[in-house]
Amino acid sequence: MILEARNIVRWFGGKENMTYALRDVSFDLDYGEMLYIVGPSGSGKTTLLSIISGILRPNSGTVTVKSKKIWELGDDERTDFRLYSLGFVFQDFHLFPKLTSRENVAIPLLLQKKSWEESMEEAGKTLEIVGLAKRVDYPPYKLSIGEQQRVAIARAIITKPDLLIFDEPTASLDGDTGKKIISFVKENILTDKHAIIVVTHDNRIYDYATRIIQMEDGKIT
Amino acid sequence: MNGLLQIAIKLLANDRGKFFTLIVGITFAVFLMMQMTAVFSGVMYRSGATIYNVGAQMWVMDPSVNVQTDSIPLPDYILDAVKSMNGVKYAIPFFSSGGLVKLADGRYQSATIIGLDDATLYGRPHMLSGNLYGIYNNDAYIIVKDAEYPKFNNPTIGTTFEVNDHRGVIVGTAKALVGGLFGTPTLYTTYTRAIADLPTSRFTTSYILVEPKKISDIAAIKARVNALGYVALTQDEFISKNKNYYLFKTGLGMNVMIMTLVSFIVGLSIAGQTFYTFVLENVEEFGALKAIGAKKNELITMIFFQSSVVGFLGYGFGILLSSLVIGLAKLRLPEYAALVTLQNLVISFVMVLIIILFSSYLGIRKVIHIDPFDIFRG
Repeated sequence: MILEARNIVRWFGGKENMTYALRDVSFDLDYGEMLYIVGPSGSGKTTLLSIISGILRPNSGTVTVKSKKIWELGDDERTDFRLYSLGFVFQDFHLFPKLTSRENVAIPLLLQKKSWEESMEEAGKTLEIVGLAKRVDYPPYKLSIGEQQRVAIARAIITKPDLLIFDEPTASLDGDTGKKIISFVKENILTDKHAIIVVTHDNRIYDYATRIIQMEDGKIT
Repeated sequence: MNGLLQIAIKLLANDRGKFFTLIVGITFAVFLMMQMTAVFSGVMYRSGATIYNVGAQMWVMDPSVNVQTDSIPLPDYILDAVKSMNGVKYAIPFFSSGGLVKLADGRYQSATIIGLDDATLYGRPHMLSGNLYGIYNNDAYIIVKDAEYPKFNNPTIGTTFEVNDHRGVIVGTAKALVGGLFGTPTLYTTYTRAIADLPTSRFTTSYILVEPKKISDIAAIKARVNALGYVALTQDEFISKNKNYYLFKTGLGMNVMIMTLVSFIVGLSIAGQTFYTFVLENVEEFGALKAIGAKKNELITMIFFQSSVVGFLGYGFGILLSSLVIGLAKLRLPEYAALVTLQNLVISFVMVLIIILFSSYLGIRKVIHIDPFDIFRG
């Protein structure tokens, strides 16, 4: 088991206008799984993703990743946990437009205090894995959306994290490109040494999931 | 260099428009601050030209004297009293005044006329041509060959002129350590001839120059001169008094300070706004870094490093530019008073540090408040 989420509750607002985003959510994730968290907007997917990533503190409940209760860690330890154990692919990629693809991909290694040379070399190799060997020195704005997505994936996997988190990975892509990307991830990135969580409401890519959790009104249905 | 800092610099340097705006803005601000303070330093330095050039250890004067050029004649008994004081090695009279000189071509030219003690010629200038002792000849004057020298029609030895209907003749040229501030040529002659040629009041001694036997005697000499109702200042104290007058009593200091502050504000505004815009444009990416695992202090270091690099580059270019402009101006205008001092450099440096801190603060404040959760929410 790589992740256990137990009885997660999260609300926003004060006493008078309290809104529940998550109501007693529990689920597990095994190594080698590609778990989809799906549901309509406002169902609590993003809140759940933020809580299991160690970004948003739950009001109650526990999240255990690799036997570590992440919300019992200190701030710096939790930041390190994200850096060393998680890989993020954001909906809008959030690549630095003024850096090359290689430099963008190398950032997590640089945050891990690896040397410039080592980080750049590793970034080049990772870009090769995602099929962008010839685009290493291109800044993101010179790449297609699909290529930018691959750069973001390369940045997420460069640290060889245990858990990869994809937030709406196909939201900016057309149907075909979206499928290609997810298929690529499933075939080339997913191994039995880690797991992937994909938050999406794009039903065109549901076929690639190993398991799907459906959310509605802050609950798993 | 730390890899993250390299990333930080690339982020900024690759945004060429902002990078150059920041550097040009700070360079321009430093240039203006340097020009202002350098001109001020030069003016202050030159305002004490005679004090530097004479080089006396102590100056005795009337308490009402504010600047060296506005001397108040001292009664003769003061000279005798000072000469007889314990701790005084020697004391000599010194004359300094403005005079109107009629040149050979009939044109009038104002000049600073310095009368040196006949017996010792204390405060004598360094001769460039002619013999110093020619000063004892009839009607003899020595002219300082400085930026104002051409105003005297580039005189040579033997050139004659008139001072207050008295004949004067150039017997030599000399150089002064420091050029004067008021754009008038300087003439040296003996004390006796100076008071004979120029219209004077009942008392003729402008200052008494004092050489103490020992440095430790200075305090006692000051006290004794004070007891007589006059003031004795060391060379440094007199220079400070001179500077303080221009600084605080003429509005010059305030004007320079205001202009320096305006330059600083220009730099601060350009750098602050540009840097803030830069951070704002990358705020989501910084947020993503936070989500990935960048700690607050790493982001703060990155931003502080970025603003420091542009700040120090701007400072370097600003100093270079102002030094270049001052150097070129001095080639064309020898009387240009600007002077780059360590103090100017430190003032500009401190102001650049404030610009760096302010710009960093704006950026850091924005970045540390980004919630990575917002990055997920889009």
